[in-house]
Amino acid sequence: MGFAFTLFNSWQAETVKGDIPMTKQKVLLVGHGMVGQRFLEALADRGGLDHYDVTILCAESRPAYDRVGLTRYFTERDADALSLVPDGFMAQPGLTLKLSTRVREIDRHARVVITEAGERLDYDKLVLATGSYPFVPPIDGNDRPNCFVYRTLDDLDEIIAAADQARIGTVVGGGLLGLEAAKALHDLGLETHVVEFAPRLMAVQVDDLGGGLLKDKIQALGVTVHTNTGTRAIVDGEQHRHRMDFGEDRHLETDIIVFSAGIRPEDSLARACGLELGERGGVVIDDYCVTSDPDIFAIGEVALWQGRIFGLVAPGYQMAETAAARLCADSEPSFQGADMSTKLKLMGVDVASVGDAHGQTPGARSAVFFDQSTGVYKKVVVSECGRKLLGAVLVGDANDYGNLLQLCLNQIDLPGEAAALIAPAAGDAPMLGADALPDSAQICSCNNVSKGALCAAIDDGATTVGDLKACTKASATCGGCAALVKQVLDSELAKRGVEVNNHVCEHFPYSRQEIYHLVRVGEIKTFDELLEKHGSGDGCDICKPLAASVLASCWNDYVLSKPHASLQDTNDYFLGNMQRDGTYSIVPRVPGGEITPDKLIVLGEVAKKYDLYTKITGGQRVDLFGARVEQLPEIWKILVDAGFETGHAYGKSLRTVKSCVGSTWCRYGVKDSVGTAIQVEDRYKGLRSPHKIKMAVSGCTRECAEAQSKDVGVIATDKGWNLYVCGNGGMRPRHADLLVSDLSDQQLIRTIDRFLMFYIRTADRLQRTSVWLENLEGGLDYLKQVILDDSLGIGDELEAQMQQVIDTYQCEWKTTVEDPQAVKRFKHFVNDDVADDNLHYVRERGQRRPAYEHERIELVQQEG
Amino acid sequence: MNSSVTLEWKAVCKVDEILPGTGVGVRLPEGQAALFRTRDGQLHALDNMDPFSRANVISRGLLGSLGGTRVVASPLYKQHFCLETGKCLEDETVSLTVYPVRQRGELVEVAVG
Ligand SMILES: Cc1cc2nc3c(=O)[nH]c(=O)nc-3n(C[C@H](O)[C@H](O)[C@H](O)COP(=O)(O)OP(=O)(O)OC[C@H]3O[C@@H](n4cnc5c(N)ncnc54)[C@H](O)[C@@H]3O)c2cc1C
Ligand code: SF4
Ligand code: SF4
Repeated sequence: MGFAFTLFNSWQAETVKGDIPMTKQKVLLVGHGMVGQRFLEALADRGGLDHYDVTILCAESRPAYDRVGLTRYFTERDADALSLVPDGFMAQPGLTLKLSTRVREIDRHARVVITEAGERLDYDKLVLATGSYPFVPPIDGNDRPNCFVYRTLDDLDEIIAAADQARIGTVVGGGLLGLEAAKALHDLGLETHVVEFAPRLMAVQVDDLGGGLLKDKIQALGVTVHTNTGTRAIVDGEQHRHRMDFGEDRHLETDIIVFSAGIRPEDSLARACGLELGERGGVVIDDYCVTSDPDIFAIGEVALWQGRIFGLVAPGYQMAETAAARLCADSEPSFQGADMSTKLKLMGVDVASVGDAHGQTPGARSAVFFDQSTGVYKKVVVSECGRKLLGAVLVGDANDYGNLLQLCLNQIDLPGEAAALIAPAAGDAPMLGADALPDSAQICSCNNVSKGALCAAIDDGATTVGDLKACTKASATCGGCAALVKQVLDSELAKRGVEVNNHVCEHFPYSRQEIYHLVRVGEIKTFDELLEKHGSGDGCDICKPLAASVLASCWNDYVLSKPHASLQDTNDYFLGNMQRDGTYSIVPRVPGGEITPDKLIVLGEVAKKYDLYTKITGGQRVDLFGARVEQLPEIWKILVDAGFETGHAYGKSLRTVKSCVGSTWCRYGVKDSVGTAIQVEDRYKGLRSPHKIKMAVSGCTRECAEAQSKDVGVIATDKGWNLYVCGNGGMRPRHADLLVSDLSDQQLIRTIDRFLMFYIRTADRLQRTSVWLENLEGGLDYLKQVILDDSLGIGDELEAQMQQVIDTYQCEWKTTVEDPQAVKRFKHFVNDDVADDNLHYVRERGQRRPAYEHERIELVQQEG
Repeated sequence: MNSSVTLEWKAVCKVDEILPGTGVGVRLPEGQAALFRTRDGQLHALDNMDPFSRANVISRGLLGSLGGTRVVASPLYKQHFCLETGKCLEDETVSLTVYPVRQRGELVEVAVG
C-alpha cells in the first residue's frame, strides 16, 4: 500500500511541477541532516511548498536520520529505524531529493551551485545546513587504517566491520560524544579505553568533582579512563595494530582508534565563496538566520550566531523554523539563542547540566551535594540574591533535571533554600509540580514544545504520552523530558476529570496488580471465588486467562484441574500453540539449548512419524507444527517417556534461557554459561507471569547469547556475573539495563528471584518487563532500591514466594498424559473419534504446511 | 423454538461431558457445531467454523460476557460472537449459524434439520 501511494504521489508531483514552473522560486538546500529535514518540514507546514521548489543536495547516501540516536544503530543495526523522513514526505510536490550528491562550489554571482559530479543547479535562495565535521587532532599517524570518527552511519558501519577483528578499542576525547563512542565499543565486546587531554571527563558540561565521579563510575563499568593524557604519535604496535605514544615512556596498544575530539563547523563552501565567517569558523548569521549574502541562509551546527556555535540539535531546530518562516515572509519566530542544557545517560550513568553549570555569572553562588558511596553528585548555581536558579550539574542521579530546568528557564522564584533543591530526602525536596508551570514553559527543548502546546493536544483528545509524542513531537528526540510530559499529561487529564483507569475489563474494577494483591492477601484459590468477592458478570477472554495466570503465579496448581480449566485460553487448555489452521505446535523444553544426540533423534523420529513441520526456534529449541488436538497426548507421551518436559511455549511464562557455549568449549569463555542457563531455566520453568519471559546467559562480554535483548540477561566477566534486566527484542526492541555487576552464582539466583517476583506482583496484564520498567515510577533507580537495597523490606518475602512456586513445579504434560480423565478432553468431536475433516496441506521445501485459502479451494474441488 | 418446520433432534453427548464454562466440537450429519455449556448450565450451539480463519476452532474459544451479551471469543483472532444470535460483535456483516439445543435427561440434543 505504502509503496503504491508513494508512486502515485511522485507522478503527481511531476505533472504539477510541469504545469506551473514559472511562478515558483528555486530553493537549494545543501545538507540533509537533522536540521535540514526540520527546515523542510517547517517550510511544508507553512505552505512554503506552494511558492518554492526545493532541491535537496545530500552528501550522504541516506536521507536525514536521527544522529542524536546514532548509537542505537550498534544494537539495532537498522538504519531505517533511525530515518527522520516520514513515509511519503519526499513525494510532496515541490521537493526533489538528490542523495550522494556533495556540493563542491557556490558561485554567488551566477547564483549557481556546482556539485562534485559537475552538475550545475541555479537558485533564488540557498540554505546551508552542512552541519559539522569531527575534528581529528593533528597527531602523526592519525590517518592509519582502523582510525575512525563517529558522526555518520557509514562511520558506524566501518567501526562495526573493524571490531570483528579487534580486541582493544580506544576513544580519543572524553566529552559527551567520546563517552557515547566508548559505550559503543564496549558493547561491541572490545576492551575499551578513553584518552582525554583535559583533567576531567565531559569538561564542557560538568565540573571537577562531577567529572571525577563520572570517571569512577565509568571505570567501574569496565572502561579504562586516562585523563590528563595527550597523544604524541600513533605508530605500529607490538601486540596490537597501533601503539599510542603518550610521551614519558607511557603508551597504550590498541586495535581501533575512534577520534571524538570535538566538532568544527562544515563551512568550507561558505569560506570559498567569501561569506562572512567567525574567527574560529562558522557562518555568521543574524536573528533571521540570514548570512552576509541576503539570499543565503545558514542553519544548524554550521551557523554562528552572536559568536556562538550551537552543537546541539534543539537550537538547530529553532533556526530551521526561523529560516522557513522568513522564506514565507513571516517575521516570527526569530532566533534568539538557545538553552544548552543537556541530560543524558552515558554508559548507564545519568548526567545532566543545566544553564550556567560552571557558575560563571558574576556573583553566582553554588551548593553541592556529594555522596561518594552512592555515587551521586549534584550542584546548583544560584544568583547573588539567592532567589533564582542559574544552573546545575547532576551526576549519578538526574531525576531532578526537569524540575531544575524549569526553575532555571522560567526564572521562577526558588521555592526554598537552594540546598533543599538537591537534598537527598527526595520526599522533602520542594518539588515543582507540573501545575506550577506557566503555559509558556518549554517542556521539550529539542522540539520546542511548550506546556500550552501539550494542553492543546490534550484538549484535542490526546490521552497517552504516545499520543502527545505523535502530535507534538514532545520527547521524540532525546527523551529527556518524557517524565515531565507524563506529569503534565496526568495533571491535565485529572483537571479535565478524565479518569485514567487501568481496570482489566468490565468484570473487575481493578488493575492486574490489584487483582494479584487481592488473590494473595485473600488467599483466593479459584476464579469463581474471585468473581464472587470482587467482580461481576461472567468474566471474559481478558480476565479469565489473567486470573488463571495470577492464581498460578500465587499457588501453582495444575492448570487443567477442574476449577481452572475453563479459564485457560485454548493454548493453555490444550498445552500447545494454536496455529492458523487450528492445529497445535509442540515445543519440548531444551534447557539452555543443550541437547544430547539421542534426544535430538527422538524429536526427529516423532516429527517423522506424525509428519510434523519442523523448525528451529530463535530460543534454541525445536518447534514441531501441525499436531491435531487428538494427537497431542500420544505425541507428548512419547516425548515425556524420552525425558522431555513441556516448554511452556503456549503460556505467559518463562520461555527459554538461551546460552552461548561459554567456557564449556569457547576459547574466550570465562564462565560456564550453559550450566548457568540450564540451572536458571530449570529453576523458573513453568513460572506464570504477566507476559512471556525470555532470558539468556553469555559466557563473556562478547555476548553471543544476546542477553541484553532479554527480560533477564546474564553476562559473565572475570569478576562474576553481570545482570541485565528489562531488555526486549521483537516488535519494540529495548536494550536491557545493567541492574548489578559482579555477582556470585548464589547472589545471581537470589537477585533474579526477587526481580521476577517483583515484576509478577506489580506488572499490568500483558506488560513485558521493558514496558513495565518504563512505566515504573522512579525507573531503574527505584528498581535497584527495591531489589538490591530492599527498600520496601519485601526481599525475603519475594524469595519465599518464588521458592513456593519452584517447589510446586510439575510438568503439565507429564501430569496430563498420566491422567486418563484429562486425556479424554483432547478430542476434536465430543461424539466421534475422527479428526477434523477440514485440514488441507501443501508440501513445500520438503515439509507440510496448511494450504492458503486459494489453494484450499482447489484442493477441495480435487477431492470433491 | 416457534417454527413451522419440524426439527430433527440428534443426541450428541452427555451433559457432564462438557465442563461448565467450556465448549466441545460436535460432528453433525453435515458439518460441525460448537456446543457450549455456560457456568450456570445453559447450553448453546453455533457453527464450529471461525469465519475469519476458516478453521474449525470456535468450540475451543473462551466464554464470557461483554456488556451483558454472552459471547464466545474466537481462539485465533479473538473476535467475539454472541452465543444467542451468532452475531460477531466486531463485524456486523459476519455471523455464525445458531443451532437449537436442548437437554433431555442426561443427554444433550442438537437440532439438525
Ligand atoms: C553520536 C552523536 C550523538 C549526539 N547526541 C546529541 C544529543 O544527545 N543531543 C543533542 O542535542 N545533539 C546531539 N548530537 C548533535 C546533533 O546530532 C547535531 O546537533 C545535529 O545533527 C546538527 O544537525 P545539522 O543538520 O546541523 O548537521 P548534520 O546532522 O550533521 O547534517 C549535515 C549534513 O550535511 C551534509 N553535508 C555537509 N557538507 C555538504 C556538502 N558540501 N554538500 C552536501 N551535503 C553536505 C553532511 O553529510 C550531513 O549529512 C549528537 C551527535 C552525534 C554525532
Ligand atoms: S559470549 Fe560465549 S560464545 Fe561468545 S565469545 Fe563469549 S564465551 Fe564465547
Ligand atoms: S513474527 Fe509474526 S508471523 Fe512471525 S511468528 Fe511472530 S507473529 Fe507469527
